[in-house]
Amino acid sequence: MIEVAWLRSRLERLGSTVTSQVWRVGYASRFLFYLVMHSGTALKRFRLTVAEIYFAGVLSLVIILVSGLFVGMVLALQGYETLQRFGASESLGVLVALSLVRELGPVVAGLLFASRAGSAITAEIGLMKATEQISAMEMMAVDPIARVVAPRFWGGVISMPLLAALFSAAGVFGGYLVGVQLIGVDSGAFWSQMQAAVDLRNDIMNGVIKSVVFGIAVTWISVFEGYDAVPTAEGVSRATTRTVVTSSLAILALDFVLTALMFTGGN
Amino acid sequence: MQQTQIVEIQNVSFGYDPARPVLRDIDLAIPRGAVVGIMGQSGCGKTTLLRIIMGAYLPSRGTARVLGHTTGELDAEGLYAMRRKMGMLFQFGALFTDMSVYENVAFPLREHAELPDDVLNDLVMLKLQAVGLRGAAHLMPTELSGGMARRVALARSIALDPQLILYDEPFTGLDPISFGVIVRLIRDLNTSLGATSIIVTHDVQEALDVVDYVYFMAAGRVIAKGTPDQIRASPEPFVNQFVNGRPDGPVPFHYPAPDYAADLEVVPA
Repeated sequence: MIEVAWLRSRLERLGSTVTSQVWRVGYASRFLFYLVMHSGTALKRFRLTVAEIYFAGVLSLVIILVSGLFVGMVLALQGYETLQRFGASESLGVLVALSLVRELGPVVAGLLFASRAGSAITAEIGLMKATEQISAMEMMAVDPIARVVAPRFWGGVISMPLLAALFSAAGVFGGYLVGVQLIGVDSGAFWSQMQAAVDLRNDIMNGVIKSVVFGIAVTWISVFEGYDAVPTAEGVSRATTRTVVTSSLAILALDFVLTALMFTGGN
Repeated sequence: MQQTQIVEIQNVSFGYDPARPVLRDIDLAIPRGAVVGIMGQSGCGKTTLLRIIMGAYLPSRGTARVLGHTTGELDAEGLYAMRRKMGMLFQFGALFTDMSVYENVAFPLREHAELPDDVLNDLVMLKLQAVGLRGAAHLMPTELSGGMARRVALARSIALDPQLILYDEPFTGLDPISFGVIVRLIRDLNTSLGATSIIVTHDVQEALDVVDYVYFMAAGRVIAKGTPDQIRASPEPFVNQFVNGRPDGPVPFHYPAPDYAADLEVVPA
């Protein structure tokens, strides 16, 4: 009897957790719909969105460029190690560029964006809620979703693909520094093979699509967690943690789905 | 002159959980031009009542008529239109921390009126002058004392010349000078704007010097009402304990506990 009661309570707890998570996803979806429908202010008064592009995008530049540079340098070292075994070290440029443009650029830039900008967006909106700034706005007959949330959402969505592109560019430069300048791979082969092998539609566009999708996912999660945060110090801290964890998992899961959809089997 | 009611709360009950109502059968009427206090202990439901007046919550039963509108019948647009005629001072000001004092006061004007910069500047300076902080226009909220932040928030709440001003615990945490300034401002602004003011507070002694009329709440009900003098002389034991700050009375000093002697008994080894 005791085992049955124990099992039942466990199942009940599991059921209630699943139900509340499904409710939360539904609430987040309605929130996104409302947000998009009330984006008029953010787009009409575009300087509000530009300020958020500065906050989410420009202030993330240092971490994105430095990380991109190091990732590119490591790729060149590791790639050269493998390629030279097959006598294909001239293809180092292709390996670095394809790895970055198709995969590492959007994914790593997305993860960094979630940690740097996503967490800041959640904390800012959560603290605005905790200090009654959101309530004050509502009392002044100003819709906080249109005035506070929408500019941050569009600022993040616009910034993310640009950051991913800059990450890839810095990575390619890092690969060039290590591959050509340090190891001595032929500069002409490095660039010309890269130019010949990287396809605009299959490689670059697919990477851009990924970074746009990651940008929407991360910023959506960030603004929702901030707006939904319990308005206390602990609530904001939990919401910020949830933003980073959920965004990172969402990026990795979406990356698999998108890669599977884009997979052509080499054709 | 005909005296119209700016706020009429009729038989209002409200609860976050229907089984445990926070407000029960509240009736109150606030005439135009008055400064009215809603007083009572923390947790007695006075802030919830303020939120009913703001239209943030709708009554579970009864009706709330504010500025001629029944809040339950308004859609989001109507609610925002009503709030444009109201100003609210939050307990700790709720200033926007990413904006200067000037931008905080300009915020409602920028959002609701497309004014030329020079007109906007004049209006902001006028409001800051009214609270005595024109010289602090360039400061950020983090550079202000608690009393100054409250005054800036007051300037922001009157930016659109509201007909109804709501104050949520305006005296909490103020030094005597700041307190005196806020008391004077509440009175002066009410008169100069021709507005009506509602002060929700548990600082009874201080508030009784400011208001024209008082509603006294306990456990979600209005238990006494009247002019400040009537409240001071109220025979109601709870009001008497509260107004005079007595440590024991209907609100007991001791939290409910088992028999004292039993707790002191030595437990045998």
